[in-house]
Amino acid sequence: MNSAAGTTFWFYGSAAVMLFIAGFFCVLATRNLIRTLIGIELLMKAVTLLLAASGYISAHTVLVQALVITMIVIEVVAIAVAAGIVIGVHRQHGTLDTRKLRNLKG
Amino acid sequence: MPEVNVILLLLLVLAALWTVMTRSLLRSAIGLAITSAVLSVLMFQLQSPLAAVFELSVCTGLISVVFISTISLTQPLTGEQIMRHMKTRLKRFWFLPVILLLAGLLLKSIKAPVAFAPLPVEMEKDVRSVLWSIRHLDIVGQVFILLAGSFGVRILFREKEQK
Repeated sequence: MNSAAGTTFWFYGSAAVMLFIAGFFCVLATRNLIRTLIGIELLMKAVTLLLAASGYISAHTVLVQALVITMIVIEVVAIAVAAGIVIGVHRQHGTLDTRKLRNLKG
Repeated sequence: MPEVNVILLLLLVLAALWTVMTRSLLRSAIGLAITSAVLSVLMFQLQSPLAAVFELSVCTGLISVVFISTISLTQPLTGEQIMRHMKTRLKRFWFLPVILLLAGLLLKSIKAPVAFAPLPVEMEKDVRSVLWSIRHLDIVGQVFILLAGSFGVRILFREKEQK
């Protein structure tokens, strides 16, 4: 393996892993629905960074850009719909605490 | 690798950590916008300008507006409730930073078997030609998802009818 490419990928890979872990921590360690969405956003950032770095190292930046653009479009739609659900939940239950959302509990 | 990229990566990780650890939801949303902005600059450095512009305009701009609107429309926790939750959160999830350190050490020790060298960036193909010819099925999927999203937003953000 080319050492320059390996070093480059190691830096970007490590940053992506740290972003991923930060995103997972945010999703797991919160009871607030909005913070959960922020955690999911951080996970998407990690994947975007890893894709961009892979495209740069393998010289497929054009294909990777197309994939990243597709991902961003899906991401924004998912977040917009999720935000609408959060607002609906707040209007219905008056809270965003996941422990208090127990209507479907069997 | 240029030093500026290392600095940008460090800024990215610090912005993400601040986003996660800050008490206030609004500051968290602002931290997410900063993370997106730094990622956009990194993508420019990685020869992906179109994706970088998308990331800057959509993720830094539009998604931050969505989050701030959602935060303003919902009632946040009181300061006391936030402090109580922050204290228990760190106690319950102390092992996650340990996993982070172990993941970093593991990555350092892995010797990837693939041998490749950085090639010069291809200039002959355009992102538009890739999107419209090679990945045309993705465009169809995006159209359907956008339609579903617009209907979803229309229904979910609708005000309740006055009886």
